[in-house]
Amino acid sequence: MRKATVTTAATAAGVILLLSLKPHQNPAPAMTAPSPASSSGTGAASTSPSTTHAPGGTSGTFTGSVINTAYGPVQVSVTLSHGRITKVTALRTPSDRPRSQQIAASAVPQLTREALSAQSAHIDAVSGATYTSEGYTRSLQSALDKAGV
Amino acid sequence: MGTVFSFDLRDPVTPSVRQALKEAVAWLHHVDEVFSTYRTDSAVSRLGRGEPVPERYRPEVAEVFALCEEAADATGGWFSHTPGGRLDPSGMVKGWAIERASQMLYQAGAHNTCVNGGGDIQARGEAAPGTPWRIGIADPAHIGELAAVVTGRDLAVATSGTAERGAHVSDPHTGEPATALASLTLTGRGLTRTDAYATAGFAMGAGARAWAEALDGYEALGITATGEVWHTPGFPGAKR
Repeated sequence: MRKATVTTAATAAGVILLLSLKPHQNPAPAMTAPSPASSSGTGAASTSPSTTHAPGGTSGTFTGSVINTAYGPVQVSVTLSHGRITKVTALRTPSDRPRSQQIAASAVPQLTREALSAQSAHIDAVSGATYTSEGYTRSLQSALDKAGV
Repeated sequence: MGTVFSFDLRDPVTPSVRQALKEAVAWLHHVDEVFSTYRTDSAVSRLGRGEPVPERYRPEVAEVFALCEEAADATGGWFSHTPGGRLDPSGMVKGWAIERASQMLYQAGAHNTCVNGGGDIQARGEAAPGTPWRIGIADPAHIGELAAVVTGRDLAVATSGTAERGAHVSDPHTGEPATALASLTLTGRGLTRTDAYATAGFAMGAGARAWAEALDGYEALGITATGEVWHTPGFPGAKR
């Protein structure tokens, strides 16, 4: 059974729908630590994207679930200011393997750029080898679910 | 390795568009099931083992392999769906899947969209009325920084590179990793071919520049392993 992560984030420009496919490492799929029930749509491809239009918008820092990947646990937090993502922070990264450290060093800045790209003043998207592990994406999704965006 | 797809819609999300988004998501799952080389039960993995492809997948598999043959011809074999002897049409599949997803949204009325799959992008229409899409190209040597910005309407941008994944594109003639370029970005109209050509060009290494300059309908920006940047005269962007 393949899992999918579908999440949405409101941006100033419109709806962003993030979808992650393929496990970080075949054949062990990422296992999700227990997280609050939400409309995240994990495992269901038919989730509707959601848009939030809260006038003030949510602000604050929300901590995502710890996701156990084949390389170890990952966890991110997301900081929102009036409903817009301003920062994604790695709280836990797999660190026991050199390749994981290499991945961790590059994956979180990529995640931040992926999450921020539609909001930066002059850039709509970024092209280039964008590595975002499923673990980070799932943790980010859970943090956004907690934020209610 | 997780590929993150994002759909950026600048038009109102009508019920028709919402439905098309669901279908586009389902489409990407479907493509993954049929073509993923990470899934042992995918049609492509079966084919690689000499097993038959389930009947219902044959038309799509045939379509993709026909596109692969065409790309191999157009690139003198530098695009290959059998790199190093194993069956892997991934250099064609992602662009093809994203371009189709973009089309599905367009047909539902979303005419101004940017679909991004792991940094390969199909943009249509505009970012805002009167404003073209602006797409940054990652600097392979400096995480978080951009090497250039591409602008356009109805634009596909595909970048092939060694950056975080290590040398994953191989020279199809030798099976060895391609390393002369750190990254190669191609722009064109449709992502299916643009993505395949980026993969092929990257494998060419030093030969990519002359090939890209001669290629009609596509522009390129290359960043060498030593950090030099070149681009074709018509490249729709500015170096940062």
